[in-house]
Amino acid sequence: MTGDAVAALDAAQVDYAGRGRVLGPVDFRLAAGEIVALVGPSGCGKSTALRLLAGLEPPTHGAVRRAAGRGETSVVFQSPTLAPWLSATANVSLPLEMAGVGARVARSRAVEALGRVGLADAVTARPAQLSGGMAMRASLARALVTSPKVLLLDEPFAALDEITRRQLADDVLALWAEQRPAIVFVTHNVEEAVYMAGRVVVMSPGPGRIAGEVAVEGPAPRPPGFRATETFRHTAERASALLHQAMGAPP
Amino acid sequence: MSRAALIVAPIVFVCLLLGAWEAACRLLAVPVYFLPPPSGIAVALVENAPLLFVSAWRTLSSALSAFAIVGVLASVAALGAASARIVEASFRPVAVALQVTPIVSLAPLFQVWAGLEHPGAAVVALACVAAFFPMYSGVLAGLTSADPELERLFDLYGASIWQRLTRLRIPSAVPQALEGFKVGLGLALVGTVFGEILAGAGGAQGLAWRIQEASHRMQMDKSFAALAALALMAGALQSLYHLLERRLIVWWRGR
Repeated sequence: MTGDAVAALDAAQVDYAGRGRVLGPVDFRLAAGEIVALVGPSGCGKSTALRLLAGLEPPTHGAVRRAAGRGETSVVFQSPTLAPWLSATANVSLPLEMAGVGARVARSRAVEALGRVGLADAVTARPAQLSGGMAMRASLARALVTSPKVLLLDEPFAALDEITRRQLADDVLALWAEQRPAIVFVTHNVEEAVYMAGRVVVMSPGPGRIAGEVAVEGPAPRPPGFRATETFRHTAERASALLHQAMGAPP
Repeated sequence: MSRAALIVAPIVFVCLLLGAWEAACRLLAVPVYFLPPPSGIAVALVENAPLLFVSAWRTLSSALSAFAIVGVLASVAALGAASARIVEASFRPVAVALQVTPIVSLAPLFQVWAGLEHPGAAVVALACVAAFFPMYSGVLAGLTSADPELERLFDLYGASIWQRLTRLRIPSAVPQALEGFKVGLGLALVGTVFGEILAGAGGAQGLAWRIQEASHRMQMDKSFAALAALALMAGALQSLYHLLERRLIVWWRGR
């Protein structure tokens, strides 16, 4: 592994029987502690790329390299994916317990993690009793409770309303500042990508390849009013233009 | 439409039907050995209450025994089937055969196997056959329908087969298993009634046997009284299960 990359795709390519190629070949490098957004149209293989990085499926060709060991990668999906029969605390302590942490320690760390995402009052609640935004926070707490080196977010805010997604975006950045995991954030929303990431990677329509990349200047977590700054608007424009170009449309 | 009207309307409708029945019997002077009026059935129901109660308990205990036995057998079989595709494929023809074979046709065999001394065993066995398939397929469907993204998380956690089973698949199976068990309970009662009529041969004196015995003696009022008791019992059993199921789902989902 070159430099301090925690995960990398080397000419990785994924073919599905019956669907043909869905991704690649793609070269991608994730450095420790950075936040990268993967942006692209629906069906461009963003989620497939994420599953490769998580080690949940192998590439058909090429290679995936992962420095993170078992339990050091966390994934948050578009839906909160909580077990309905478990309380918020039991859901969050699950990955710890599966990794062999004692039940009591796991529970107390889960309660702590729920507190960090603002769910201190909902530790005994069941998923059915949580709002969409709260359930997503619980899902984030579950992802962060193991202090992962790599955090993979697969369109985690797509099902939420605008206010909640903006709040959650800031919360994710604040949580990132505490533990500094490397984050890959998949989205089809360019503004959200630019707001979240230090680097926006634009993908072409399926089979997705990397069409280009835009670096985002500015401090993280974002200061208030960041969306109104010249830097933000300019970067979002450039990323949008790249995406238009990748999709074969006039910029 | 108000709630009260929705509750009152079916009661009124049933009363109208019973009234028409009663009126027809009286006006047309239908002989009681052919079709007794509802009033006569009510009298028979009260007069025979102790005997009917004992018979109802027989029928109920046969049905519940079958339900309990199949509950365990079907769950174990479904766990086996859910553990590997090859086990599921091996079980499938047997499970389907059990489902599609009319249980009436099995009664003579069970009668022979149970012997004249144990007619109750033949009844329970028939009820078991009747209840097996929905209970098995309910548990199996539940075990194999866990949220695929939760399954993926368990992949990520490097879960062992045992952890996946106890922490994901079995808890996920609860709602569908309860549905399958509901159908199974109904069919266990149907199987018991079949069994009592076909294999019981007088030894297992459940409600179905009372219906048959009274009919043979042309005591149609008693026959109808036993039938009414059976219908009431079946209705009560389903309602009770429905309540229990709702409580369990609330416990499972926390709401």
